[in-house]
This record gives sequence, C-alpha cells and structure tokens, in this order.
Amino acid sequence: MPDQTPPIALDIEDLTVAYRSQPVVWDLDLHVPPGVLMAIVGPNGAGKSTLIKAALGLVPRAAGSVHFFGKPYDEVRLRVGYVPQRGSVDWDFPTTVLDLTLMGLYGKLGWIRRPGRAEFDRAMHALEQVGLQDFAHRQIGQLSGGQQQRSFIARALVQDADLYFMDEPFAAVDAVTEAAIVNLLQELRSLQRTVIVVHHDLDTVTDYFDHVTLLNVELIASGPTTEAFTEANIRRTYGSRTLKALGVS
Amino acid sequence: MQRELPSSVPLMTDSNSRRPALPGGIWRSLGITLMAILLFVLITNQFFNVRYDYTLLVVALGGAVLGLLSGVIGSFAVLRQQSLMGDALSHAALPGVAIAFMLVGRQMGALLIGAAIASWLGAQFIRAVTSTTRIKQDAAMGITLAAFFAIGLALLTIIQGQQNASQAGLAQFIFGQAASIRLDSLLTIALVGSAILLITALFWKELKLLTFDPVFAATIMRTQPVEALLSTLIVVVIVMGLQVAGVILMVGLLIAPAVAARQWSRRLDQMVVLAGIFGAFAGGTGAIISAADSGLPTGPLIIIMASIIVGVSILFAPERGVVWELWKQRRERVSFARRNVLISLYRHAQSHGDNYAWAPQELITGLYDGPGKRALGWLEQHNQAVKSGTRWQLTGSGLQAAEQFLNEHR
Repeated sequence: MPDQTPPIALDIEDLTVAYRSQPVVWDLDLHVPPGVLMAIVGPNGAGKSTLIKAALGLVPRAAGSVHFFGKPYDEVRLRVGYVPQRGSVDWDFPTTVLDLTLMGLYGKLGWIRRPGRAEFDRAMHALEQVGLQDFAHRQIGQLSGGQQQRSFIARALVQDADLYFMDEPFAAVDAVTEAAIVNLLQELRSLQRTVIVVHHDLDTVTDYFDHVTLLNVELIASGPTTEAFTEANIRRTYGSRTLKALGVS
Repeated sequence: MQRELPSSVPLMTDSNSRRPALPGGIWRSLGITLMAILLFVLITNQFFNVRYDYTLLVVALGGAVLGLLSGVIGSFAVLRQQSLMGDALSHAALPGVAIAFMLVGRQMGALLIGAAIASWLGAQFIRAVTSTTRIKQDAAMGITLAAFFAIGLALLTIIQGQQNASQAGLAQFIFGQAASIRLDSLLTIALVGSAILLITALFWKELKLLTFDPVFAATIMRTQPVEALLSTLIVVVIVMGLQVAGVILMVGLLIAPAVAARQWSRRLDQMVVLAGIFGAFAGGTGAIISAADSGLPTGPLIIIMASIIVGVSILFAPERGVVWELWKQRRERVSFARRNVLISLYRHAQSHGDNYAWAPQELITGLYDGPGKRALGWLEQHNQAVKSGTRWQLTGSGLQAAEQFLNEHR
C-alpha cells in the first residue's frame, strides 16, 4: 500500500553536533520511513532536542548531512512542521490564540502578504482539531499549560506538513491535552504523515508510537518499537541504575 | 505499568471567547490622550503663559513625531526583552557624534551619521563579545555602554578645550534639546519617520513572528534579514531621538511608552499604536515645557512625562493594573466569604436534623470574623437568611442556593 510514498522521510548521515567542542550528538545515522509515529527517548542531555534543531538547521552541524524526502531542508522547508518546547516563548506576548495559529501560515504566505479569509478558516479548523475553537480570541497568556501546548500544535497543523517534529509536547500537560495529542498523532498517521516526537515517558512509548529512537549522544537503536524498544537497549541508553529508579523491568 | 490519569478534567466553558479584544480600547485611549493634550495646552497657556507660536509648534511636532517613532519601535525592543540594548546603543552613539564634529564641524546630518555608525559598532561589539566569549549579554552590554560613553565624554572634553563658542551645541546630545528643532529638521524627521512606519507596516507579520518566537520563525522564513531590519530601525530611531532625549535618557523614550501600552492592550497592533500615542504625548509635551523655559534640557522632561504615563498604566489599566488586581482579589474574597457563611449555616442546620435550625451568630463571626458579619448582612439583604436577635436561620431560597452550590462542586 505505501508504494507511492517516497522511500524515506528523514535521512540523517554521520551527524555530529558540538557545543564548545563538547559533542552533544555524535556521528549519528538515522533513517525514518514515511508515515510512522516515532518517539525519540533518552536521558536528560542526551541530545534529543539538539538532534531536531540540527535537522532543522537551527543549530550548526559540525559534520553530517540531513535530507527530507531525498532533498536538503532548504528545498522542502514548507513540508516540515515544527512544534518547539512550550517554554521557549514568552506567553505574556500580546496576541490571541487565533493569531498565534495563523503564524503557522506565514511561511506559505511569503513576504509582506497578510493572512486573509482562507487562512482564517484554516486556522479555525486547526483550533477545532485541538479543541480550542472556543478560545480563538483569548489572549495566549490566559491559557493553561495544556491549552498553550495545544495552540502550539494547532500552529503546526495549519502548516499541513508531511513531516512534523514535536519537542516534548507531553511535558506537564493535563489529561485532556494528552488524550487530544494522542488522537491527533493517530490522525496524522492515518494521513500518512511522519511525526517525530521527543518523549520522556517510557511507559507510554509502546502505546503512543510505532517507532522509537533511543539516543544518548550516540544512537543506541532505532526502528519499530517491537524490535528496538527492548530492555537491553533501554539499559544501554539510560544505564541500569536509572532503569531501576524508573521502575521499568 | 498502568498509567494513572485524573478521571476527568472539565473543559471550562468560555464566556469571553467571542468578545472582541479590548472593546474600544484604542479609541478610548486616543480620546483620553486628546483630552490630556487639550488640558495640557490650556493649563500651560493660561497659567504659565506659554505662547503657542510657530516656533514652539515646530518644536512640539518634532518632539511628538520622535516620541511616536520611539514608542512604535520600542514596543518590539521591549517584547524581545532587549530594553537594555536600547540603552547600550544610545550611549554608544556619543563618540560618533564627537568624532564627526572633529572631522566636519557642526553639521547636524554628519553628527547623526557619526552617531549611527558608532551605535552600530556598539551593537556589533556586543554581538561579538557574546558569541565568542562566555561573557553574558547583559555584562557585554554594560561594558560596551560604559566604554563607548566614556570615550565620548573624553572626546567632548577635548573638543571643549580646543574650540570656543561653537561647540556648545554638543551638550544637547547628552541631555537632549528640543528647541534646536527647526522646520527643515522637522521635515527630515517626518520623512524618515514615514519610511519607518511604512516599513513596519509592510513587514508587520515578519516582525511579529520574529519578536514572539524567533526559533519557530527560523524554520519558516529567513530571519537574518528581518533581524537586521529591526536592528536598523532601532538604531535609526535612537539616533534621531538623541536630539530631543539625549544619550543618557533615550532608552526611557524607547521603553516607557511601550511598557505603558502593554498594560492596556491585548494584541500587538493595539500595543504598538498605543505606544506611539503615549510616546508622541510625552515627546510633544516634554519638548514644549523645555522650549518654553529655555533653561531646561528636554530629555528629563520627556522622561518625566513618560514615567507619569507608565505609573498611571501600571496602577489603573484593566486586567493588568495593580488597582484592578486588588479589586479583583477583594471581590473574590467577598464572594468566597458569602458562600462559606451560607454553607456553614446549611451544615449547622443539617447537623441538627432541621433545614431551618437557628444558628448563633458567634458561630459565624467566630469562624469568619468581620467578613462573616458582612456576608451575613448580604445574605439577609438578599433574602437567603433571616435574623432573630443574635441567631440566624436559612430561608427557603438560602437553602436552595446552598444545596445548588454543594451539588455543583461535588
């Protein structure tokens, strides 16, 4: 069935990222097939966010190459969506939820052009998808943490991308938000979109995702969760002591 | 391992969501500002004999336009949390003014270009220090500010030692002197100002996204040109504003209107427009006072006016103001006390097996003190409780209200 789709959604070769000559991501090869939901897991400081940022050109690469759908990022920018960590912006910025969502369309609009009726409709639709349609005209500062996260995801949804990076979307959100995001992930998969999620909760990896990448500066393992998410791999990623503390056996 | 989630978290129904943001806020503020201008003109004219002649109008307009531009561009600086950057850039301009004066003498155009170059160099210096060393940005800005300003002061002293009367005009760059604005410089200010406003409007969405979320912005557009554009706009506005506000206090004209405007606005466009209005008011009135009494430098007067606007905004703005916040807290305390007193009466009655059992007043006042007494008075007024001597009893509607409340919050 997935014959028409391109062979590989994200192709990373020999990626190394360093910060002040300290490697954060070391010589990493990663191949993500299209249409999968992939979790990236690993301990703090393992380079999970850095991996995403290096793929998007947000931090400089010391070495290596990154291709999306067989092309360099600059050629397929608009096919790649991004949900940054919620804490990366000042939520007291004076703007509304609808306006925040519209920002996802600025790339497609190009320079100078303003969003119009069509863009508003798309943004409203994305807000409905995350259950925030009643909050469209709220100031973003009045949202709860989970609602902020969902508005960030709505902004990515309007991008209508083929591949999404989400940086810790499940961090400190309420149950409603967690369920809404899980539903959205399933919906994106049914549309053959690829979603790569930095994730912290080892308990939910097999429930929420079909693929997993275990990372600790170096790549430990990557593939379908049934094959890659093994006790041995988890132990190699986190170290056995940490594993006991996490209650995973 | 089974993951435990709270069984249900109700999605709050939202009564405000359809309400347009800040209804009439801009018009209300514009109206208030216009009235303030009228009042200011009347008072200065009637009681301080300020003559609104042609020269003064030119000066006032110049101050107002520069204030407007500072407010508009300063909004972006404030929201990017780069307020102090404005301070560093304005102080860094001084050696440029001095060197330009040494090279070509007192020509305003040359002095401003010198100021712009020095200010730009200051910005590059800060960037270089921050990116190549482990020195943090605030320290880098502090060092740059002090070093450039010190060089500027030293050069001014040298100039004063060498030349005679003609150098007097340079002091205006330290504290600002609006009286120096003539018609030709007003026209230049207006022309450059229009260009700045036009560019801001054209690149509105790019500037907004870069200011709110630069990381996300970098994934959907080329941010370096926008970044450079915004820095340029800030430098140009600072350099033009130096004439009236001076290098020491220019940061105030850049920041204060934006801070005040943030208090009253829910959207960026509202904030920028309001900051422009506030800046124009502070710039215009400060320039008038200073020009009317030629002994006073303009910078401090403008900043005093701007600070008054900031003070009023921090105290009285709806939703964000201190007074608003206190009033809201008080209102919540009062309604909290009413509910608790009602429920105490209900619980007391239930414990006596009689919905309408009498409760001694001390039971309530012992629990809630003064607020309890006021709450009882309110319940009596609203027919939810009745009093007999020092004892209280729920009425039918009070009983209903208590039961309804307990049901809602089960």
